[in-house]
Amino acid sequence: MNRFYVMVGVLAVVLGIGVFALLKTGGGSAPAAALGAPPTVVDDSFRGYTLGQGSAPVEIVEYLDFECPVCATFATIQMPTIKDQLINTGKVRWRFRDYPLPIHKYSRFAAHAAQCAGAQGRYVEMQDQLFSHHQWAQTGKDPSGLFRDFAKAAGVDPTAYDACMEAGRFAGRIEYSRQEGDQLVVDGTPTFYANGKKLFTNLRRLPNSDDFKTLVDSIIAHSPPKPRARPEHH
Amino acid sequence: MRQRQAIALLALVGLFVALYLWLHALGFGGAIKCGASGGCETVQTSQWAVFLGFPVAFYGVVGYLAVLIVALLALRPAALAERKWNVVLAGLATAGLLFTAYLTYLELFVIHAICRWCVGSAIVMTLIWIIALAAFRRPRAAASPPPNSPAPRTDPGVSQPLRDPPA
Repeated sequence: MNRFYVMVGVLAVVLGIGVFALLKTGGGSAPAAALGAPPTVVDDSFRGYTLGQGSAPVEIVEYLDFECPVCATFATIQMPTIKDQLINTGKVRWRFRDYPLPIHKYSRFAAHAAQCAGAQGRYVEMQDQLFSHHQWAQTGKDPSGLFRDFAKAAGVDPTAYDACMEAGRFAGRIEYSRQEGDQLVVDGTPTFYANGKKLFTNLRRLPNSDDFKTLVDSIIAHSPPKPRARPEHH
Repeated sequence: MRQRQAIALLALVGLFVALYLWLHALGFGGAIKCGASGGCETVQTSQWAVFLGFPVAFYGVVGYLAVLIVALLALRPAALAERKWNVVLAGLATAGLLFTAYLTYLELFVIHAICRWCVGSAIVMTLIWIIALAAFRRPRAAASPPPNSPAPRTDPGVSQPLRDPPA
């Protein structure tokens, strides 16, 4: 009997080391922009691309990592419904902030690709490409060429994209966003804030569109009514 | 006893497989190690990868942990002869097998991608179920000594050779 418990203990240790090693190791070679020390922080007063109207009563900020599978699932499965029910109806303005996790080899690189596409007004389209063809996050191979194809599919001018990527134009902006996330105690991805308040903190629960609808309706119901604004003329 | 030991060891293996997939789903670690087939990411990012707000692998962690704890409790000397543990293990294993069958169906016929880690977990859970069912179906007599059998002989042990009294 004692031999059995020794066997259980040894097996647990071996499997534990195996899981740790699997989580620790990456794969393949990384492009220059994906490796090396984090870039210098640059505050260019950019605070993330947004979806929705500026006058929406609720602002949701999402800190995301492009290599994170849960972020990809959320973007491809839940986000279309959230757009229909909350963003397009004027209830919510959605703000995307980068939080590339250091354990992910290409997430900073992917965030940079999205920012370069964003410089040409194609952030959302590029994000769709990166999340809906998420197999790149599994292969461990250098995704530079693939991202360039994504950029072209998103309607981005490849020459300007190449120049932006080679210059690492937005690396400092991405690092600023990541450090901002650290200050807000982002502890994983995706992490959400509604009007500045951190959401879904229990056991890293993964929210769906219904959770957001309930939350947003509750915030709106408990908000004091605004004085009737005079119609604006442009 | 051997069957409960086998179940405990298999549950330990399944626990770590599920733990790896769960931690990966939560954003720990790099690209999932999946071989050349590339099905793991497809499965992990599909809409069925999240069940009732938690990654599917989380239920695997909870399930395997439950089987492991019950199997270890059933291996206590006082519990070895008790048949109720076989019933609990068979129940847990059947629930696990049904959930595994549902997930495998999704992989094969809905997502059309196979995740090797999920297949590994499915094999482990199927083995646990087969062993648990065999233990459950075992006649009571085999699990514990019959009530009218003679009391086990208490072996006094090998008597020590008499020594000569010290001179």
